[in-house]
Amino acid sequence: MADRHEMWKLLGMNIEQHDVLCSVLPGAVGDVFMSQKNRPKGMEFWDMVVADVHGIRPAELIEEQKKGRKVFGTFCVYVPDEVIIACNGIVTGLCGGSQFWVPDGEAVLPKNTCPLIKASVGARLGKTCPFFRIADMYVGETTCDGKKKAYEILGEDVPMYVMDVPQMKRPEDIERWAHEIALFAKKVEEFTGVKLTVENLKNAIHIVNEKRKAMQRVYDTRKNKTLPISGRDSLLMTQISFFDDPERCATMCNKLADELEQRVKDNVSVVDAGTKRILVTGTPLAIPNWKLHNIIETTGAVVVCEEMCTGTRYFENLVDENINSLEEGFKALANRYMKTNCACFTPNTGRIDDIKRMVKEYNVDGVIDCNLKFCCLYDTEKFSVGRALKEANIPVLQLETDYTDTDAEQLRTRIGAFVEMLSK
Amino acid sequence: MSKFYIGIDIGSTSAKTVVLDENKNIISRILLPTGWSSKETSEIILRKLNDLNFDIGNSTIVATGYGRVSVSFANKAVTEITCHGKGANYLFGANAKSIDDNDLGVLSNNLLIIDIGGQDTKIIQVENGNVVDFLMNDKCSAGTGRFLEVMSNALNLKMDELCDMAEKGADTHISSLCTVFAESEVISLIGRGEKRENIAFAIVDSIVKKVCQQAQKLYKKDMKVCLTGGLSEFKYISDSLGKELKTKVYAKEDGRYAGAIGAALMGI
Ligand code: SF4
Ligand code: SF4
Repeated sequence: MADRHEMWKLLGMNIEQHDVLCSVLPGAVGDVFMSQKNRPKGMEFWDMVVADVHGIRPAELIEEQKKGRKVFGTFCVYVPDEVIIACNGIVTGLCGGSQFWVPDGEAVLPKNTCPLIKASVGARLGKTCPFFRIADMYVGETTCDGKKKAYEILGEDVPMYVMDVPQMKRPEDIERWAHEIALFAKKVEEFTGVKLTVENLKNAIHIVNEKRKAMQRVYDTRKNKTLPISGRDSLLMTQISFFDDPERCATMCNKLADELEQRVKDNVSVVDAGTKRILVTGTPLAIPNWKLHNIIETTGAVVVCEEMCTGTRYFENLVDENINSLEEGFKALANRYMKTNCACFTPNTGRIDDIKRMVKEYNVDGVIDCNLKFCCLYDTEKFSVGRALKEANIPVLQLETDYTDTDAEQLRTRIGAFVEMLSK
Repeated sequence: MSKFYIGIDIGSTSAKTVVLDENKNIISRILLPTGWSSKETSEIILRKLNDLNFDIGNSTIVATGYGRVSVSFANKAVTEITCHGKGANYLFGANAKSIDDNDLGVLSNNLLIIDIGGQDTKIIQVENGNVVDFLMNDKCSAGTGRFLEVMSNALNLKMDELCDMAEKGADTHISSLCTVFAESEVISLIGRGEKRENIAFAIVDSIVKKVCQQAQKLYKKDMKVCLTGGLSEFKYISDSLGKELKTKVYAKEDGRYAGAIGAALMGI
């Protein structure tokens, strides 16, 4: 692996602090991923990326910036990548998934803020993540209150554009979202110096659709009784897709899907027959948050689907490619993005329908509904999710956790008991 | 030589061991403080079992509780939730053996178990010995045995004394749910010269309300509610829980061994 210290220095990072992070990551990756048996060969690509997660892709981004391209950092799956890609911009996800960044976030945020927000703010202010240094502009959204206020703080340190996401999904809200996308497009045009055209938008929509289809293909293989890939590996693939070039991402996911489909034909499973199949739902699992999956999969069960933003919400539903004007393009985008079901919306019964549908599609034995601590939205929604699943006779375990390891044993007990319960 | 089924439940404050014979009769109970190291505690248990002449080699040993993974000589480890379910069904279910001849009440295999542990409180719904749903408080020590321990220390009382006093008290309330804040509330009540009986009442009342709030989430009219864990022996606690839930709450002396009994049964 190349030494990246020079690059990190040029990015103005806090090298000493960052070295601490670099020193613990390989151990975590080894424990969580390399200890698995019978992994698909295609995972080598993601293993390589995660081994050099603060090197390989940041170096590429810097090269592209030298050619004049702009990098946009985003925090939410409602922000339409297509607009940025159409204007020759690059999108990178910026959500923080490690406790390492939380203290720097807590320096400016209330302690009872969700760890995802604290880690994201901490990664920027603590200067300990290259992606947060590289992004030329951050794109926020008015989803949850914690993020809205955090963007005001981040905005003092870095160019920040905030999209106004509706809170309901009435026809007029979807129209308003199309308009909001148009406003965003203006900003992106201005920032990149590239005019948005029907042609380049159409092309960008196609690129992102192909990525979505490829990711869906991988997930489709998880629906089989013969399970060709673990939840941990699938999650890693999804987490890294937020950072990768979308075309390469599609190519790699398709390659992996080829292998997984073959595995299903050859009856190659990563778990013993009868291993309980879990669907996880709730708040996002930003990289390197592998805690929940790791506990589930070392407690005798396996994750077969994530109804999460780091999961199906990221790639389900395609954008209509058949557009003849920018306006049609914005509408097509708005229609697709408003199909995503996040607890920021009211009502959000679509999420319950999604979970119930996926329980069938993915042959799920039990659902684990887990939110990050202090996420009031998903925590509150647990009530209706839990009730609906019980009514449908779907076993459900509801949890709350953060990025620390202090509750790992408690979680292991609960998840263990849940798996024992499913095994009756 | 006959075969034994041994259940070891290493909880946060105490370690319970139960030996069952082939007819599922309890023939031995060992109760120890967990101390600092579950590993050492498990070794002491092993020595005691040897001293009592149980043939370990010919027994099935199942470990449960927080320290379950530290019991290196166990044949397997099962979570305390599953074990409490099994154990409670043994003690309170329709086929319960009337060991201590307590009032077994209605015969039902539809149980709601309240286990107030040292570190967490569990509400477990059991049908025919199988767990069908459960809840665990996780946020803090409010509503756990730890809360009672801290408060009785503040009053300089033992648990049984606290219960005796609480029975004679009334009309005082602690508003804070957090153990730390509640403790300072208790201290200021003492400072204000509130009757100790009333303070004791307020302490038990506080934990009972908190626990019942949890239990209500799973409780349905046809369930038989049982209290297991270290507080089972205090009638005042089960009666207060019953008053709050408006149903009888059953408790037995062996209740504190429910997890260990369940573990032993898991070995059969
Ligand atoms: S959970 Fe909601 S706010 Fe968070 S990334 Fe997903 S869609 Fe956006
Ligand atoms: S997990 Fe909840 S609180 Fe945290 S950023 Fe997402 S919506 Fe906001």
